[in-house]
Amino acid sequence: MTTQTAEATQSAYNFAYLDEQTKRMIRRAILKGLAVPGYQVPFASREMPMPYGWGTGGVQVSAATLTPEDCFKVIDQGADDTTNAVSIRKFFERTAQVETTTHTAEATVIQTRHRIPEEPLREDQVLVYQVPIPEPLRFLEPSEVETRKMHALEEYGLMHVKLYEDIARHGAISTAYAYPVKVEGRYVMDPSPIPKFDNPKLEMAAIQLFGAGREQRIYALPPYTQVVSLDFEDHPFDPSKAEHPCDLCGAEDSYLDEVITDDAGSRMFVCSDTDYCLARRDAGHEGAQGARG
Amino acid sequence: MMASDALTGGFADAPTEAARAFRAAMNAMAFPGRIQPITGGQGPAPLSPAAATLLLTLCDPETPLYLAGAHDTQAVRDWVTFHTGAPLVGASEAMFAVGGWEALQPVSAFAIGTSDYPDRAATLIVESAALEQAGSTLTGPGIKETATFSLPEPEVFAANAARFPLGWDAYFTCGDRLAALPRSTKVS
Ligand SMILES: [Zn+2]
Repeated sequence: MTTQTAEATQSAYNFAYLDEQTKRMIRRAILKGLAVPGYQVPFASREMPMPYGWGTGGVQVSAATLTPEDCFKVIDQGADDTTNAVSIRKFFERTAQVETTTHTAEATVIQTRHRIPEEPLREDQVLVYQVPIPEPLRFLEPSEVETRKMHALEEYGLMHVKLYEDIARHGAISTAYAYPVKVEGRYVMDPSPIPKFDNPKLEMAAIQLFGAGREQRIYALPPYTQVVSLDFEDHPFDPSKAEHPCDLCGAEDSYLDEVITDDAGSRMFVCSDTDYCLARRDAGHEGAQGARG
Repeated sequence: MMASDALTGGFADAPTEAARAFRAAMNAMAFPGRIQPITGGQGPAPLSPAAATLLLTLCDPETPLYLAGAHDTQAVRDWVTFHTGAPLVGASEAMFAVGGWEALQPVSAFAIGTSDYPDRAATLIVESAALEQAGSTLTGPGIKETATFSLPEPEVFAANAARFPLGWDAYFTCGDRLAALPRSTKVS
């Protein structure tokens, strides 16, 4: 970047777009979120130059978190190259002058929509989730006043009843995404619409921050926080792994997307985490259809 | 009249220095008891650089602030008012409080949040003569197994943790370093 464009950038935007007072307000909410893991802290969400569906909550949390020294990665259901991910990455390249990357290991702040990277994260990394509906009890109780009271009183019986009805009806808990968790034995929390395959990874070394823009909530998990997926003694939580390995890299431990590969409807299963899959292929791993990939 | 040093000691480049300082404050809160460097601000004595930086990073006209004991001087008042605009209040109304541990007593005066809104709790900035990775044993969120940190009165922090999710949260500041102890940390 030339000096002139750098100056133009600085005059056109605040650092990371948001004004200082807004960032302070978000930062205070993040700190209280970390102090009370799993509790949803209200905050005054701001208009962002993108639609709500694009993760404005996550964008605001990232804006309050990024420093000029950060290396920023954005994934959308595991992929770095969707329109959504590319736009958010460009937004912070322009407004915060941060370096960006697609490599999980290189990133210090990762904003994600609906996945946790396969590669274990470290203490020096921050994972920021885009959250559409932060309230795990919302589908049981539409009233905000009531759900707040339920959290306050630890009234989670209805949640268990709902999950148990699932078992009675389907023989198993049918929830595959946004599977509810209990944090440190206290708050029931929505982990955002990640596949339940990712739930065991919620106990990690990195700081996890959750931002819901439309619903104006921020919540957080400090590193190593105990996060337990709700279950029953006779029906323990099952993260349900696909039966086959990745067709491109042969990984047997990753979350797979089903991809239609031609007009005849041929299908293959590939890692949803594209960086993980590429890194494995670069390292010489090959799946059943690796040559075609 | 406002002392001239009230006008100095703010962030030279607020957006980037506040961002860096916040990351130090966030890491401290996310890893309880772990001592972190934090720089950027410089207030009048007895305000430590770490405490001054926290105030610049987190306080503004929306955050009532309590200056305790030796920190309640005209110079500190002027500096805080000029740089943050935080209204100065008594302990029970404070969202933030800064001072030595003795001066912050009785800590029962501070807001601990409500069961509906546990976030509406005070953050204490405890100016300390020393910070050491020794003393009380800490467990809980943000701590892999255990951590050790020098707490002024461990039993007070243990009692604060016992009423989780209510309770205040604390930073400890000394020179250009800080550590934190959220209410979620168990102390033994
Ligand atoms: Zn793969």
